[in-house]
Amino acid sequence: MLDVESGALHSVDEMTYDIVRAIETSKDPHTLPYSASDIDEVLFELSELKNAGAFDSKGVSVNSGEFGKGVIKSLCLHIAHDCNLRCKYCFADTGEFHGSRSLMSEEVGRKALEFLMEHSGNRRHLEVDFFGGEPLMNFPVVKALTAYGRELEKKYNKEIAFTLTTNMVAMDDEMMEFINREIYNVVISLDGRREIHDALRPTVNGKGSYDLIVHKAKKLIEGRKGGEYYVRGTFTANNLDFTNDVKALRDLGFDQISMEPVVLPDTSPYAILEEHVAAVLSEYDNLADYLLESRKNGCWFNFFHFMVDFEGGPCLKKRISGCGAGVEYAAITPEGDIYPCHQFVGEKQFIMGNVLTGEFDTSLQKEFLNCNVTTKKLCNSCWAKYFCSGGCAANAFKYNGSIYEPYIRSCSMLKRRTEIACGIFAAEKSLEESNDIT
Amino acid sequence: MTHIKTINNPCIKKGNGTGCGECQASCQSACKTSCTIANQKCRKEQK
Repeated sequence: MLDVESGALHSVDEMTYDIVRAIETSKDPHTLPYSASDIDEVLFELSELKNAGAFDSKGVSVNSGEFGKGVIKSLCLHIAHDCNLRCKYCFADTGEFHGSRSLMSEEVGRKALEFLMEHSGNRRHLEVDFFGGEPLMNFPVVKALTAYGRELEKKYNKEIAFTLTTNMVAMDDEMMEFINREIYNVVISLDGRREIHDALRPTVNGKGSYDLIVHKAKKLIEGRKGGEYYVRGTFTANNLDFTNDVKALRDLGFDQISMEPVVLPDTSPYAILEEHVAAVLSEYDNLADYLLESRKNGCWFNFFHFMVDFEGGPCLKKRISGCGAGVEYAAITPEGDIYPCHQFVGEKQFIMGNVLTGEFDTSLQKEFLNCNVTTKKLCNSCWAKYFCSGGCAANAFKYNGSIYEPYIRSCSMLKRRTEIACGIFAAEKSLEESNDIT
Repeated sequence: MTHIKTINNPCIKKGNGTGCGECQASCQSACKTSCTIANQKCRKEQK
């Protein structure tokens, strides 16, 4: 049982569950088929929790404008609007982002970093992601911008966490050495089973890319010596049994895994349709069973979306304001255009300015700031609102034409993943306690 | 308590000293497509 406003989590027996359900639906719990003394005992326990602020706690009014107001602290640099793969589900139109193939110049990148410094206010910790298309296709610029970022850190007294998202195809030893020295987190795109990966992630010549990637991914991660990384797969309608892909990634030795539902219009043969959602939810259950079993057997791994930090997670203001798109987070194209996030690139009405001209219109930023769990009708009453924070604005726009209307299929998936995360936390806590006792 | 066992105490931090904005923007993490906020770390807690 989750207390939405406080984040407290309780394990309850069936009778308590029924009583809480009755209270929630304004029914008299004494009408339930339990003895009056048992019901009163549960009601007493609930009142104790309520007094402790761990049950039925009230929401606190927060002005989301207090958080991230006008401050950009995180950039996604589209180092290359080009790619050496031709993934069939690519949201970025195989790297072109519905424009032409192009690479970011060092000049645009430097201006973007200066823009970040000038708009980051008193934030000390900043983030820059080298993204694409495929950023390794423009690696000299990645290196040059990292060096320039280090200069700016000193000048402005900031710290930049550089991250890089790559398909690994062009990775060589020199790049690995640089990345493992300078890049805080690397996200590697790999879909799991060879046949699944190769079917949808071919090279320009139409051949599978799995064998070009796997050995290099292993080598890169070995060289990180515990440094952060994620192997990030995408699942589509073709592999609704994606637990098998997570297993394949585990078999390769990866222990930081993310597997994301594809983002595509319903007309695509790979799209996750409404009729697939039940299968996806059920597959998350299978994945949870596999994860718990693996961990119990000493083979620990992390699945990004089952990982919820119950003890050191974000504060309420962060949970309300969400992913930061268009507010504290922006994407920069090779031409220097500023967008609310990488997913909006190519949607011209969302251009916020340009780092070369210095133009930056804050009206869109204000709109995104106003788009949060307190202003979205569906989110405001949702129990998972402080876990997902209103979902992805770009998905909302792409599927519903409005950043205020969450993409409901994604909501269903997020809720199941959150339920599972709560369950895993409870199961592991219980195991810890029983180990302590024995 | 015999019917309810608290697994985790209230954990959503509110009030003074919160909302510093130093934590990672969530979409700069692994997903890049589907927002999950609660698996982000509080920068202050990390220290």
